[in-house]
Amino acid sequence: MDQGVIYFPSKPAIIASGVVAGPVEKKSVFAKDFDKFYDDERAEEDSNEKGHQTMAEQACQIALQKAKIKQNDVDFLMSGDLVNQMTPSNFAAATLQIPYIGLFSACATAVSSVIIASLLTELGGSRYALAGAGSQHNSVERQFRYPVEYGGQKPGTAQWTVTAAGYVLIAKGQMNSPVVEAATVGKVIDLQQTDPFHMGAAMAPAACDTITRHLKGRGQKLSDYDLIMTGDLGKIGLPILKEMLIKEGMAKQDVQKIRDAGAEYYGDDESFLAGASGAGCSASVFFSYILKQLNEKKMERVLAIATGALLSPLTVQQNESIPCTAHAVEISMK
Amino acid sequence: MLSSLIMAFIVGGLICVIGQLLMDIGKLTPAHTLTILVVAGAILDGFNLYEPLIDFAGAGATIPITSFGNSLTHGAIAEAEKHGWIGVLTGMFEVTSSGISAAILFGMIGALIFHSKGQHP
Amino acid sequence: MDAKQYDHLQQSLSPKPSILKNCLKAFLVGGIICTIGQLITFFYITYFNFTEKTAGNPTVATIIFLTMLLTGFGVYKKIGQFAGAGSAVPVTGFGNSVISAAIEHKTEGFVLGVGGNIFKLAGSVIVFGVTAAFVVALVKLILVTMGVANW
Repeated sequence: MDQGVIYFPSKPAIIASGVVAGPVEKKSVFAKDFDKFYDDERAEEDSNEKGHQTMAEQACQIALQKAKIKQNDVDFLMSGDLVNQMTPSNFAAATLQIPYIGLFSACATAVSSVIIASLLTELGGSRYALAGAGSQHNSVERQFRYPVEYGGQKPGTAQWTVTAAGYVLIAKGQMNSPVVEAATVGKVIDLQQTDPFHMGAAMAPAACDTITRHLKGRGQKLSDYDLIMTGDLGKIGLPILKEMLIKEGMAKQDVQKIRDAGAEYYGDDESFLAGASGAGCSASVFFSYILKQLNEKKMERVLAIATGALLSPLTVQQNESIPCTAHAVEISMK
Repeated sequence: MLSSLIMAFIVGGLICVIGQLLMDIGKLTPAHTLTILVVAGAILDGFNLYEPLIDFAGAGATIPITSFGNSLTHGAIAEAEKHGWIGVLTGMFEVTSSGISAAILFGMIGALIFHSKGQHP
Repeated sequence: MDAKQYDHLQQSLSPKPSILKNCLKAFLVGGIICTIGQLITFFYITYFNFTEKTAGNPTVATIIFLTMLLTGFGVYKKIGQFAGAGSAVPVTGFGNSVISAAIEHKTEGFVLGVGGNIFKLAGSVIVFGVTAAFVVALVKLILVTMGVANW
């Protein structure tokens, strides 16, 4: 058994998903797979944080509607976001009235919540569990960086926090649904990167470590997968990850096939600089595009790795480095 | 008139270039950059160098934030000249109140009118 | 891979900011803002009986008013992304940092939100400006008293 690699013999199934997004995300190349858009990034609420909460609630409701499951039948809710103390998730859990644990893995929460929900299902403790994450651009920006209307110049390595929430409903193994076969919990990797406007470089080593460990633990190669997708390394972080994996001795033509949700999210639009980031980035793409590909049997086996930078504005100001993590989940469809 | 506009453009632009170099080469945040420029303005006035720059460049020297440091020092020195050491304390905001009061006032009005919304890169 | 090796790898794959281009943009926008300031100064001198010396204050107030509009309508952040220091160094940048913080913290109420955070970004400029001015004026006072320097 390798460090942090988990197997799910009962194969918990992802029976439904819900993804909602903000107005800017309509431009996303993945937009056609999302379930719902808001024309107002506050979802008509009076604060950005409340809008964030509403989107989380809506995404959960959509997943439940699709599976025709009632709220009271859901045993657990695993959720997180980037706002201080994860209040949008907390408030959403108060509305949904589902037993809840808040999880913080920064932008990797989409996958860490799926891992915990799958474990609870595997143990027989959960009939249905909701898992997911979200982010809202304005509320994250004001907390980690500057006021939204502040005219600071961002370098080309900076990324744009996505406004979106994505949740999945996980149940006992079922036919005709993608199943969670295995997962790898990320270590916290810190290679002394300090630039908060270059998260891709900070997070790439964590993704590299998790991918390597997962493949070794599972006895697999990159080519065993139809798709390997990271969360939000961005247009600059992804090539760094590829270079690291090649240095680890992986085959170059397989490494080149690795994709990144954040790098592709807004297409070639240069005003988004190095691409998308945020907990909502991996959540919205993994839980719409990837699941759709599996459900439509266009893919059979996917490795989704959500990456997260575990910094706070305080640690940045205290000149600390940026510790990062990456959680991976292996999803397959028979 | 035209020549004074051109001087304002060139000198103001050059001060901004110094700021850009501090940010790009010095890897400083905007807050650090502005702080350094304000202190630089204050020191330049100590050597009586900033006022000649204003005479020369007009708004090119009064609009950049360096001018804020200059007017703080200028007020303090003018009062110190009249009242000695106590003037150093009391004279500081004599000249430079307009920038701060305008920023506070329009900040307040801005908060009344606008919302932190409309996210587009 | 250790931190040093990784930093090397990371930097070789990360784009460098084009310093020349950034400086040109800063020069252009910063210059234009100052030219507008000069025009406003002429306006006050010609129509409102201000002098070269006194026109500075209404000029600054007017230009910060314009900054408020640009900030509120979401234009200033776009100018800022293009111009960098060109829009940060002029007093408009000071105004933008005050006004954007005020708008941002409106949801926490006017006293603790707006009032408490309005100088969140611009505060250090005032603090260090005052401290530097105090030190400079004090040193000069001492030097003049000693007869080493003149006012």
